[in-house]
Amino acid sequence: MEELLKVKDLLVSFSMYKKGFHKYELEVIHQLSLDINKGEIVAVVGSSGSGKSILAEAVLGLLPKNATVTGEVTYKGNDIDEKSIRKYLGKDIAYIPQSVDHLDPVMKVGDQVIGVNGTKERQEELFEQYNLPKGTEEKYPFQCSGGMSRRILVTSALMGRPDLIIADEPTPGLDLKMALEALKDFRELADNGTGILLITHDIDLALGVADRIAVFYAGSVLELAPVEDFVHNSDKLRHPYSQSLIKALPQNDFTPIRGTQPYAGDLPSGCLFSPRCWLRDDKCAGNIPMTEVRGGKVRCAHAADG
Amino acid sequence: MQLTGENINFKYTKKSPWILKDISITINSGERVGVVGPSGYGKSTLAKILAGYLKPLAGSVSLDGGDLPKKGYSPVQMIYQHPEFSVNPRLKMKDILEEAWVPDDDLLGRMGIEKKWFTRWPSELSGGELQRFCIARVLSPKTKFLICDEITTMLDAITQAQIWNLLLDEAKKRELGMMIITHNKSLAERVCTSIIELPELNHIERADV
Amino acid sequence: MHKIYKKTGLMNQRVVLLITMIIALIYLLGIFIWGCCLGEDSYAVNFDTKFLPPSGEHWFGTDNLGRDMFFRSVKGLSISMVIGLIAVAISSVIAIVMGILSAVFGGWVDRVVNFAVDLCMGLPHLVLLILISFMMGKGVLGITVAVAVTHWPSMTRMIRQEVLQVRSSQYVLAAYKMGKTRWQVAVKHIIPHILPVYFIGVTLLFPHAIMHESSVTFLGFGLPKELPAIGVILAEAMTHIVTGKWWLAVFPGLMLLIAVIFFDLIGEGLKHLLNPNTGNE
Repeated sequence: MEELLKVKDLLVSFSMYKKGFHKYELEVIHQLSLDINKGEIVAVVGSSGSGKSILAEAVLGLLPKNATVTGEVTYKGNDIDEKSIRKYLGKDIAYIPQSVDHLDPVMKVGDQVIGVNGTKERQEELFEQYNLPKGTEEKYPFQCSGGMSRRILVTSALMGRPDLIIADEPTPGLDLKMALEALKDFRELADNGTGILLITHDIDLALGVADRIAVFYAGSVLELAPVEDFVHNSDKLRHPYSQSLIKALPQNDFTPIRGTQPYAGDLPSGCLFSPRCWLRDDKCAGNIPMTEVRGGKVRCAHAADG
Repeated sequence: MQLTGENINFKYTKKSPWILKDISITINSGERVGVVGPSGYGKSTLAKILAGYLKPLAGSVSLDGGDLPKKGYSPVQMIYQHPEFSVNPRLKMKDILEEAWVPDDDLLGRMGIEKKWFTRWPSELSGGELQRFCIARVLSPKTKFLICDEITTMLDAITQAQIWNLLLDEAKKRELGMMIITHNKSLAERVCTSIIELPELNHIERADV
Repeated sequence: MHKIYKKTGLMNQRVVLLITMIIALIYLLGIFIWGCCLGEDSYAVNFDTKFLPPSGEHWFGTDNLGRDMFFRSVKGLSISMVIGLIAVAISSVIAIVMGILSAVFGGWVDRVVNFAVDLCMGLPHLVLLILISFMMGKGVLGITVAVAVTHWPSMTRMIRQEVLQVRSSQYVLAAYKMGKTRWQVAVKHIIPHILPVYFIGVTLLFPHAIMHESSVTFLGFGLPKELPAIGVILAEAMTHIVTGKWWLAVFPGLMLLIAVIFFDLIGEGLKHLLNPNTGNE
């Protein structure tokens, strides 16, 4: 397996204002490690508002001025940073943003999709492939329906035949069946060698389409494991949080554990999940590295125990 | 008590296509009717009509045979998908919670609402926490029916299970009638006493959605 | 040690913004108060000091009647501000009343208000100002009325939009279902939502009003020649600029420009800080 993108110990903080002029650093992503190989879909699953989108924006260098990002990011083995990723963006790495507002309202969609590097032929080919009727390229975004706009975003991402796609909630407002249908193309792309990082809050969607699932909790990835481990039962999972997440699904036990995700700025030390964990002991307080356990990666002091 | 919608027809403007056509639905106290179906089939519109937020173009909504009250606290209350939009961002949580009535500590405990959240702004709480406030504020003793429009769609699975377990306990205790709108069939099967597939109920010819 | 992927490298933007806003406020308030207290002696006619270029004694030089241009400019700008203040107060009241009426009642009220807004915005602003000022007999009254009754349309639109938005918000709809009366909803939800928008609007309206007053005065349809208004000063300076008396136009013009920019800066600053999306940048 060829590694495409690797993120190691990513940390994102924003400098914020507390009443008046006191500045403080608010950490929203911490110790986040993740990797995507050629030809696979990795889904980052976490609740809305927990900072998943910030992960994508940090890697792509799209964060606002008051953000600081540290950590190691490599693309095909090359170290990259906020500036050097630019030369890959739009060609090797494509981004499908969450909102269709990212389309330029005063530019014909055909020209937008072609962009700086694309060709007319490729655009026509993609529009045909994505069922965008002839003449769509001459329209402006306000003349396109929501569904069309989303497909336009996808075609513009595919313009440069990217090796890596980062898609942030690409199917908002769709129910599971329609969302899976919409992601069929993603599956096909992955089968042809593209790596896809899919950011979503919908665990059922992730279960339906991903090869590996990264469980996102309070700004970090607690477990990264093959999708088979998540289906049916939680026994194979390595982290207590992933286990309780799967148990809480309505198709499974529907029994929740207590407590809520901690806030950025009010995080426990050591393991982020420890205040809610039934396995908690002294080992959970320290720095817990991401370790390989039974074919998956996990950040838990007790993962190797059982 | 009984909340009924009879032959409800609705479209947003004269020229737009019908969204709901000849829909009849009955909810009795103690019943939890699930309405499932893909997006775009008018689930939310039906919710707003039954809760009295929208008037149907034809057909009627009645409570025990009479009209829904136009003034005062409505016995039919609604909980929305996005709690962050259903609270005023300029008010503190205590003001939001106690807009209509003052829930006692017992109920707050059961809903998992912590008193220390009272002095916070809505933007300082998570979606799950906000949604608990939105539920508690409409659980006045005067509430007889609850319309829940995808109320846990934006939340993670654990919070979803937490909220539904709390809400179901409360609904059973008070014999509330509920209409539960969701696109998640497994969830509907878990929490509802009966399930309606809206596309089957809706008498619309659909060429393309 | 971690590698830096991206760093902030920002000064404390909130402090920077506040300092600029304070400087702007001092400049504007200073001129306003000083100008109001200035007696006519400070820029009295003195034929011994005709056309002096800027110096330590006369910072902005003197004009053809030997009047001190610095004090005339300060006085002129403060007059403009007084007129602006009155005009903006009237305009913003018109705007808030019309905006709320049109949003709350809708229907034909909304159509009438929108028609009035379109009508007012469709006509060239300056022409309308001149017309009204001329009809009212020019002078202080004419120009004040003209500025006051022409500056409400954009703000009316803004307030109408805000009221419509907050009225259709889920929390307002829910409040009605929770048995709240119209009055209770207005006090608790709608007015607190409109007020910040109103204050920002007023601050941003101010530079417009001052600019327009000066332009109309400059063209001779506004304040009378006897008053040292900026518009009058600039109009007079035009006749002397060919003979190289540059200071007559440059300094008063600059003072007006700076005042306008400062007002804009305060308004935009408020907007930036009150908007939760940008408040932390």
